Amino acid sequence: MQNIFKQEWFSRLIDVMLPVFATLAALGVGAVMLLLLKVNPFVAYGAMFEGAFGSGNSIAETLVKATPLLLVGLGICISFRGSVINIGGEGQMIIGALLATQMGLMFTDLPGWFVIVLALLMGFVGGALWGGIAGYLKAYFGVNEILTTVMMNAIAVQLMNFLLRGPMIDPSQAQLASKIPQTARLLDAFRLPRWMPTRLHLGFLIAVVLAFLVYILLWRTTLGYRIRAVGKNPDASRYAGINVKRQIVLALLLSGAFAGLAGAIQVYGVNYRMITDGSASGFTGSAGFNGIVAALFGQLHPLGTIPASILFGALLVGANKMQRVVQVPSALVIALNGLVVVFVVSSDYWRRKRQRRRLAQARIEEDDEPDEEPGAASPAQTEVVA
Amino acid sequence: MTANNTLPSGQTRIDTLEMSGITKRFPGVLANDSVDFDVKAGEVHALLGENGAGKSTLMKVLYGMYHPDEGQILLNGQPITLNSPTDAINLGIGMIHQHFMLVETLTVSENVALGLPSTRGPLTDLKRVSERILELADFYGLKIDPDAYVWQLSVGQQQRVEIIKALYRGAALLILDEPTAVLTPQEVDELFVIMRQMTEDGHGLIFISHKLHEVIEICQRVTVLRDGRMIGTRSIAATTKSDLASWMVGREVSMTRDLVPMKPGEPRLVFEEIACNSDRGTPALRGLNLEVHSGEILGLAGVSGNGQRELAEVATGLRPATRGRIILEGREITHLSPGVITDLMLSYIPEERMRDGMIRDFTVAENLILREFQKMPYSKNGFLRLKTIDSHSEGLVHAFRVKTPSIETPVKSLSGGNIQKVVLARELSRKPRAIIAAQPTRGLDIGATEYVHAQLLEQRAAGTAILLISEDLDEILAMSDRIAVIFEGQIMGIVKRGEATPEQLGLLMAGVKEESEIA
Ligand SMILES: Nc1ncnc2c1ncn2[C@@H]1O[C@H](COP(=O)(O)OP(=O)(O)OP(=O)(O)O)[C@@H](O)[C@H]1O
Ligand SMILES: [Mg+2]
Repeated sequence: MQNIFKQEWFSRLIDVMLPVFATLAALGVGAVMLLLLKVNPFVAYGAMFEGAFGSGNSIAETLVKATPLLLVGLGICISFRGSVINIGGEGQMIIGALLATQMGLMFTDLPGWFVIVLALLMGFVGGALWGGIAGYLKAYFGVNEILTTVMMNAIAVQLMNFLLRGPMIDPSQAQLASKIPQTARLLDAFRLPRWMPTRLHLGFLIAVVLAFLVYILLWRTTLGYRIRAVGKNPDASRYAGINVKRQIVLALLLSGAFAGLAGAIQVYGVNYRMITDGSASGFTGSAGFNGIVAALFGQLHPLGTIPASILFGALLVGANKMQRVVQVPSALVIALNGLVVVFVVSSDYWRRKRQRRRLAQARIEEDDEPDEEPGAASPAQTEVVA
Repeated sequence: MTANNTLPSGQTRIDTLEMSGITKRFPGVLANDSVDFDVKAGEVHALLGENGAGKSTLMKVLYGMYHPDEGQILLNGQPITLNSPTDAINLGIGMIHQHFMLVETLTVSENVALGLPSTRGPLTDLKRVSERILELADFYGLKIDPDAYVWQLSVGQQQRVEIIKALYRGAALLILDEPTAVLTPQEVDELFVIMRQMTEDGHGLIFISHKLHEVIEICQRVTVLRDGRMIGTRSIAATTKSDLASWMVGREVSMTRDLVPMKPGEPRLVFEEIACNSDRGTPALRGLNLEVHSGEILGLAGVSGNGQRELAEVATGLRPATRGRIILEGREITHLSPGVITDLMLSYIPEERMRDGMIRDFTVAENLILREFQKMPYSKNGFLRLKTIDSHSEGLVHAFRVKTPSIETPVKSLSGGNIQKVVLARELSRKPRAIIAAQPTRGLDIGATEYVHAQLLEQRAAGTAILLISEDLDEILAMSDRIAVIFEGQIMGIVKRGEATPEQLGLLMAGVKEESEIA
């Protein structure tokens, strides 16, 4: 028989496993760094695993960390399937969270469940607005969405800093000299239910349910069909009577909405208030970026993104534990996360190249498409107006 | 013929090339089933077969793009292994795909030099390349300007660049996979001159085409594939066109079309003084007038690039008109969106189907509802109705004999002709009020061509207005009630069926206007 490496099923298996290999490779490089710091990598990674999955509580922590990743990742699945690159998860999370928090601060007389629902909805809306602006600029003015979403992140941070220092500041802090930039604490009635005694909250369940809904959205609705069609071939989509520009706006709008919801859930499930250290990641924990990695990890499939975000959440929680156990500088933990991101993202690039090569082989002679194969996240595909 | 065993290009001749017992499987498909095939120096060997018979697959095996599951390849009697096209090229095997692999923004010589080591190390040696191109071009009688940009060239000229590229890389044996499908009749003649020159010099050629008269004209031997199996090899001298047809399909095929005389109805698709620009912003249509009646097939003949594509795109709302009006069933559609026009039941079979008419990564079923997915019965309240979609797709796949492992297969892994069928099935099955069909049978085998023609005639009988754009004069003459000739964005004349002769059409197509024939 012939070479196993040339078999179709084998090459597909590799594709699916690629993110896992990439993570292992990143940990391998991390091991070298640990060795240089004279730390036994086995001990370190052992602590990491222990921290992520060692006990009921650590599993709960992992899931808490996974929740915003999953939500942001779901939005990424939608936008990337539409060949729109949303790098604005951070900003969208912040805007969603600000709007949601304001609900809790304003409506202290209303029933808890009502405020929670309202707040989550407003989180959704806030993120949608923030993403939608970038979508509108891209669709109707041809402004690159990578640029706008990144810039809107910066704007969102400044807006947050301004609001938390002024209009939304905790009244008791306003009286103090310290003036910590934070809002008042939400009422106990406004907290998302928790699985006591852990910090695992209802938000995780909501995210998982939404993953199934996004799956249905993408493959069972006309909206999903339109978004995917525009992502794969804008010319043919126009021919099919699809309003290409509108789908681009919708893709970014929905993508932002999920990030906004992630922000709202972070406030109502974990922090119970908003506080800023001046940076975006101070609030988001970089979930707006890491969610992209989780989605790529999950092959831009909403259901694949569930285990992917859990794994990524585990990495974050585990790294903390590792830092405490083996006493490595926190910079190393950040570097380790960065390594995983770089490896996973570039492995996805490689996967798309492999796919393209396979297609090039399979390319039938009538084919006259230019060589750019619509990779799920290929920026070249995102030009709308010729 | 050269006496020794080197070709004029300096490459060693390939006296014989044999493929024996080649088997190639794809998931759910046995594309080649123990196929034997051989080519000799100095001959053109035709490879015939229906859509999806496995022709392209066999050739891609020979070009090193696919690894066969079984079988071997012997070159001058020596077994060879091909792991990539590079291996094939190094052994003197070249291939011209129907889709040209040229970079439009580069010149001819840059394209030829692309991917080859330079004699000047990291620096380019384009001057030397140009000289060599001119040398080769001169020898084979190929007219080509090495400094021209590829985007400036016609399709036929681009194909010549591909041939030069293959010769430059030392091809002794050249595979031509449906080279004539995109060519005008004149360009086909020019290609045949080049092919004859090449065989005279000792090249071996493999020629794939669905046009039997071409096969008879240019080939010495013919091999027929059916469902991945080799049916046999014959000498062309001993066969006729209809022999070949029935041998290939396994039944008699009718080569003539009966147009039952029809009384044309009201003008259904009307163009009034329509003008629009090409992609480059130059005028493509200059005040064109045309009426397509209900129950009529109006053939639009013309050398490609005279505004045919723009005409279709203006009508379907894909290209803005700068002047004039378009009327469908009494309603002005000039500035409506493609979606609205689609819903008014104007079907459009675009010429560049892979780019404009389908989504390669979508499944067969998804592509079959591309035009109607937002409507009942395929969706309701924004949800797709998968059961209906599936049974609809199964029906069309069956009716149009689309060869696919399943309706869930991505379109991109179908054979060339079967991809075409998906678009045709969709556009013809939606009970349109008018159809614009550009090159509808390009790339189809004779059985499928017959079926598509029958479908068009059925639509005509049902009163649909059909605008048939084709470069194939035989098709135009066989299928049209009236024939309009387009030249530089205007209608040169309209000739009735039966009154048209190829000569007269040829003159009109060249822009020579006579006085008397406006019908
Ligand atoms: N890359 C691929 N993956 C899966 N199936 C394939 C692939 N390439 C070809 N096939 C299948 O193999 C069969 C033969 O395809 P092939 O392209 O060789 O046909 P062909 O004879 O060239 O037809 P046509 O005249 O339509 O071009 C088809 O059924 C097709 O669906
Ligand atoms: Mg083929």
